[in-house]
Amino acid sequence: MEPFQKTIHEVSADLKSKKISSVELTKNVMDHLEKVEPKVQSFITVTRDEALRQAAEADKRLASGSATVLTGIPLGIKDLLCTKGVRTTCGSKMLENFMPPYNATVVERLNAAGSIMVGKTNMDEYAMGSSTETSAYQKTKNPWNLACVPGGSSGGSAACVSADQAFASLGSDTGGSIRQPAALCGIVGLKPTYGRVSRYGLIAFASSLDQIGPFSKDVEDCAIMMGAIAGHDPKDSTSADVPVPDYVAEMKKSAKGLKIGIPKEFFPDGLNKEVSEAVKKAIEELKKLGAEIHEVSLPASPYGLAAYYVLAPSEASSNLARYDGVRYGLRVPGENIVEMYSKTRAAGFGPEVKRRIMLGTYALSSGYYDAYYLKALKVRRLIKQDYDKAFEKVDVIATPTAPNPAFRFGEKTGDPLAMYLEDVFTVSINITGMPGLSVPCGLSKSGLPIGLQLIGKPFDEATLLRTAYAYEQATDWHKQKPSLREG
Amino acid sequence: MPVENYEPVIGLEVHCELKTATKLFCGCPTTFGSDANTQVCPVCLGLPGTLPVMNKKAVEYAVKIGLALNCQIAKYSKMDRKNYYYPDLPKAYQVSQYDKPLNFGGHLDIITKDGTKRIGVTRAHLEEDAGKLIHAGGKAGRLDSSDYSLADYNRGGIPLVEIVSEPDIRSADEAYAYLTSLKSILLYIDVSDCNMEEGSLRCDANVSIRPKGTEKFGTRTEIKNMNSFKFVKQAIEYEIKRQAALLDKGERVVQESRLWDVTENKTKTMRSKEEAHDYRYFPEPDLVPIILPESYVQDIRKSLPELPSAKRARFVSQYGLSDYDGGVLTSEQELAAWFEEGAKQTKNAKAFSNWMMGDMAAKMKEQDKELKDLKFDQKKLCELVELIDAGTINSKQAKEVFAEMFDLGVSPAEVVKSRGMAQVSDPKAIEGAVDKVLAENPAVVADYKGGKQGVIGFLVGKVMQATQGKANPKLVNEILKKKLDS
Amino acid sequence: MALSEKDVQYVAKLARLEVTNEEVAKYTQQLANILQYVEQLNQLDTSNVEPLTHPLDMKNVFREDVVVPSLTQQEVLSNAPEPQSGHFKVPKIM
Repeated sequence: MEPFQKTIHEVSADLKSKKISSVELTKNVMDHLEKVEPKVQSFITVTRDEALRQAAEADKRLASGSATVLTGIPLGIKDLLCTKGVRTTCGSKMLENFMPPYNATVVERLNAAGSIMVGKTNMDEYAMGSSTETSAYQKTKNPWNLACVPGGSSGGSAACVSADQAFASLGSDTGGSIRQPAALCGIVGLKPTYGRVSRYGLIAFASSLDQIGPFSKDVEDCAIMMGAIAGHDPKDSTSADVPVPDYVAEMKKSAKGLKIGIPKEFFPDGLNKEVSEAVKKAIEELKKLGAEIHEVSLPASPYGLAAYYVLAPSEASSNLARYDGVRYGLRVPGENIVEMYSKTRAAGFGPEVKRRIMLGTYALSSGYYDAYYLKALKVRRLIKQDYDKAFEKVDVIATPTAPNPAFRFGEKTGDPLAMYLEDVFTVSINITGMPGLSVPCGLSKSGLPIGLQLIGKPFDEATLLRTAYAYEQATDWHKQKPSLREG
Repeated sequence: MPVENYEPVIGLEVHCELKTATKLFCGCPTTFGSDANTQVCPVCLGLPGTLPVMNKKAVEYAVKIGLALNCQIAKYSKMDRKNYYYPDLPKAYQVSQYDKPLNFGGHLDIITKDGTKRIGVTRAHLEEDAGKLIHAGGKAGRLDSSDYSLADYNRGGIPLVEIVSEPDIRSADEAYAYLTSLKSILLYIDVSDCNMEEGSLRCDANVSIRPKGTEKFGTRTEIKNMNSFKFVKQAIEYEIKRQAALLDKGERVVQESRLWDVTENKTKTMRSKEEAHDYRYFPEPDLVPIILPESYVQDIRKSLPELPSAKRARFVSQYGLSDYDGGVLTSEQELAAWFEEGAKQTKNAKAFSNWMMGDMAAKMKEQDKELKDLKFDQKKLCELVELIDAGTINSKQAKEVFAEMFDLGVSPAEVVKSRGMAQVSDPKAIEGAVDKVLAENPAVVADYKGGKQGVIGFLVGKVMQATQGKANPKLVNEILKKKLDS
Repeated sequence: MALSEKDVQYVAKLARLEVTNEEVAKYTQQLANILQYVEQLNQLDTSNVEPLTHPLDMKNVFREDVVVPSLTQQEVLSNAPEPQSGHFKVPKIM
């Protein structure tokens, strides 16, 4: 097995035991990254030189005994996290040459842990999408079938881990943008509880929904990444001051006695048969491991997508207003400032972004605020009440992550609504702020991954990891590797 | 209709920059006058990914303002985004407060010629300031003729409290009184420098008129760009007349924003102001609500100093000053403190205050001196008051003594001694001079005896002359009268 | 509440997005579809429901009034499309 094929916990042991140095490991990863990159196209920016410099630093730390489990480990970073001195594009022409003069808090934390950044990963523009097709730069391919999408918006972050171009990566999740690509690429992806991880330095899409989370090859790596990035940040007023548990220790506890809720609303009649079967089989497996399966109902949850498509674009329309050509980013000249604003934003944003900005502007505008935005905020509370009630009975809720395995390029781009429906199982917990994890639970007949979504109580990522770990260790989906072929 | 037949209805919006050390949402300093864009960080520049964190002190100062203006302090308050495009606004939204302001339902009292009047304060809310624009390339610094503008974000993010009055103001004079009263309060509670030239106090006026005796509000205009209270008064006076003239002609007042033009002394339309903004207010998702416990509010209330109106009332009752004098002395906290320190050391606080407001104020203005520059202290001024009350010197002499004390810092007793100014109050000495003057002015004496009692003043003057101004004028008067009437 | 092309033009103007006539037509259709989907929210009775603006029940997050170093002028202007004498230059506002 090549070093780049291993997991963090495996290769970290190798670094500790001096079987390999960080510089050697990084070279190994970067060579493989560059070899498969023409096929997968995970990265907008590859930072080879900087990675090797960081690796040399890591080796010093490893030698001095002040290393952490992440020291010397190459990781991918989604291109909406600000990285000082490294361009951060958000997948948009608007920020093609934007060099942040500061690091996002999660980047600072990973730097402090001594990890290595191999590059900035591709994404749907401004995190708006479910296939990474709206990126202004390139299309990322699903390593399991290069003719299919990796999911979105964190498609690059998912693909690079799936294709062993990095041991793990960071993505962001506003409506499902970590979990859905994780499911479509056959890896683990976690959206933490809102407030669990600092948003400082995360280029905002929808402020009350966005969260940063890890992609990893297995659940233990996910726990390791969470341990590094979670925790209160005084720079983020919405960051919760809640202690961070030892996720790796918690994860190893048995699944026996865990109460798992199955909401009927997430298994509608028309659900893709392969997805439905794989997920049901996974639930059976959990039962065999000693978990109790309960039926729960979340009656308002089907309205989550509609509420999401009011709340997210509304906040986005305000968050993206600052891209006006004055202080940074693209500027298209104009006779006067209004012309400059309008031409700049017309040229800098793609159609999906424009659609959502207009939708959000409309929903917030005078005369419509009550009917749309305020209404959605109220539905939000109803959905939360449903989950709170269900969690009185159960510890974890299990559902499919995505309504289908990876689809082909262009299949859903004709109708915005068709693409939005990709998020139908993921959005409701962005709205309520609860944590959610996707773990691989099967392959379709055509060899495309299917994901099991586990939803937890606020700040109970530990139980999600515990449930996922028990399932994972009883199966071998996490050991399957993609073919990197077109089919 | 003559303009007096219209009733002006005026509301004032005052923006007060808080003198916190740092901005509202980040740790950048708030110092005025630094080089452009040297007090800016990723947060106040609105760089992608940045987030606001509320300044504790700004909330404290805002609550202070609310309490000083007799407002109710909101039990639940939140920030909202006000969305619009302008190059001085880095995020293309201003974080302000919409429907749940920190302070609401207050008032402040002003002194008018008809007595005290209460002006309602609708709300006083917290918000962040925008950056500054320099308009260049056209007619010196004017927005409407510039080719381009230059943005400096040093000021962006500085905390402001916007104080909105009820439309209770009925004249330019009342507006002026409101502003001076408000400024005085803000300085007393030490939350702002209140410097209109530096922009730490700004005022916009909403003006409309209606025929006297009617209830319906007329169309109002908003007047901006007035950077002194004097200009506010002038602008409002002009605007009232302008609107009256329009209505008299049967024309309508257009609802618009107008600028005060200081060179032409007129209000003018702000050309090409956009259609009414749709600010699309919604709760700021990057900040959490402010829920202030009662104990917090009480602590701030306890920390407030005695406010101008309370101090004025106390000066009137405690020191026997007139309402007007009380008002003058309490207009500035330092002045009031200076007075009170002196009033404690004298039996005649009224006289002490008269010297302060009269000769002392005049000389301070003439020599451009502040209280801290004075060469004498309250003790010396009290000494002067005592010398006069004891009859040692008369009021004319006192003026000379005061001048020397002010210019050189010498004690009044010293001056009197060294100049041998002690007033002559010995009746025998005065009688001599009186007899001489009476003998030398028989015609005037005859006039007096003939009924023209007023001519005694002339005779008093002559006696004063004869005694080199040293005679006690009161005694001179008495003795003259006695001799003339006998 | 059918969305019209006039609405889209108004909203594009508010959002400072220059749009061609074809784009207006296309966006109107797409946005109308989405809004149609969103209409289903009205199936839920929210008459006695308080809006939930924050997923977390947090309040009173403050920082001390202490100065922290700012960026240098150069850093502030480092991404500026048109820096001029320490400022950000913008075209005519009026």
